[in-house]
Amino acid sequence: MSIRHALLALLSEGPKYGLQLREEFEARTGEVWPLNVGQVYTTLQRLERDGLVASDDDADPGPQKGFRITDGGAAELDSWLRTPPDLASPPRDEIVIKILVAVRLPEVDVHEVIQEHRRYLVELMQQWTHLKEEEAEFDLALALVVDAEIFRLDSVVQWLDSADGRIKRAAVAPPAAAPAAAKIRRRAVVRR
Amino acid sequence: MSGVLELRDVTKTYVDGVDEVHALREVNLTVEAGKLVAVMGPSGSGKSTLLTIAGALESATSGEVLVCGQPVSAMSRDERARLRRRAIGYVFQDFNLLPGLTAAENVALPLELDGMPAGKARAAGLRALDDLGLAERASRFPDQLSGGERQRVAIARAVVGDHRLLLADEPTGALDSANGEAVMRLLLAACKRGLAAVVVTHDAQLASWAERVVFIRDGRVVDRTAPRPGPDSLLTGEPAR
Repeated sequence: MSIRHALLALLSEGPKYGLQLREEFEARTGEVWPLNVGQVYTTLQRLERDGLVASDDDADPGPQKGFRITDGGAAELDSWLRTPPDLASPPRDEIVIKILVAVRLPEVDVHEVIQEHRRYLVELMQQWTHLKEEEAEFDLALALVVDAEIFRLDSVVQWLDSADGRIKRAAVAPPAAAPAAAKIRRRAVVRR
Repeated sequence: MSGVLELRDVTKTYVDGVDEVHALREVNLTVEAGKLVAVMGPSGSGKSTLLTIAGALESATSGEVLVCGQPVSAMSRDERARLRRRAIGYVFQDFNLLPGLTAAENVALPLELDGMPAGKARAAGLRALDDLGLAERASRFPDQLSGGERQRVAIARAVVGDHRLLLADEPTGALDSANGEAVMRLLLAACKRGLAAVVVTHDAQLASWAERVVFIRDGRVVDRTAPRPGPDSLLTGEPAR
């Protein structure tokens, strides 16, 4: 989560004070991402140094000091919104690594390990869904954040389900060894 | 606290030629009034068999099934049929509405089959449709309704009358996520009115609407989620970076 760009987005609506920025940041993210006021001021100072926001020069530093976005800041915000994050390289997902390790250890039942993770993820999903059930109907920002978390967790559960099935099938009919050329291609993908 | 549905050491074995297939093995499950329980497992895990046995559509090979405290195995064929009509509502992935009947007639049918006069059954059916926001669709036929509307009609049919137990098999499987969420909200609302519900699914998003999730693998209950902590615990994480 980029606090820098979230603050630029809030300032694009008009000049605001630091404390106001913190309150609006929390409200817009469904109060799911708490933010301390020190982070707000540190980020504002950096944005000012980079020419992306300007402050009331004559005001004392503190809650009453106002900030506004500059043309450079508006251009930076627009560019950030339209630039997809880097999702091209496979992330080093801890659950994936744990399952890769578990499948190699003869004394470990990998299916039990998968189920431990699956249960934990579904419990988290239950909590998020309960939040949606109770509150998100009335709060668009919260509903969007909750949906994002539920879809993210669900994708991991789906991967665990798929891994569970794949490992079972592999136990019955182990896959053939990959040809050397495929191994080289695979290394190239992972290193990218 | 006794449940609306209780499965005690339920085992179901099918004989396939000389082979025995164990669809369920010593399953224990209790669902109290007002509770929604999800049974989650992959294809072939036994979850649909669990639902048909819980709904008195099939008999267990061993163990006991109690619906509203009554042991199903002690019932005659007619008594089971009456139990299914009066106490249990079913919701399926493909809706299972009769195409030649309107929405209102589909909902009223189980009541009429149970001996309720047609006018009274129709009025109860219309009330159930109205509760689900479908009053204006009551005279439409299933093929004149969207997928989401058809599933809401199926839910109206499942909750109409004095049903105590609602059994759903992948009830949102044919729907998009917005309609799927609407269906789960309706099932939860039915539970808040006092019904007990069991939803079987392979879908974690669907299961996460339930208060309890039971995991089934190869016919056995292998795990359950812990009681759900309050959502506040999600909101006390580390500050954003």
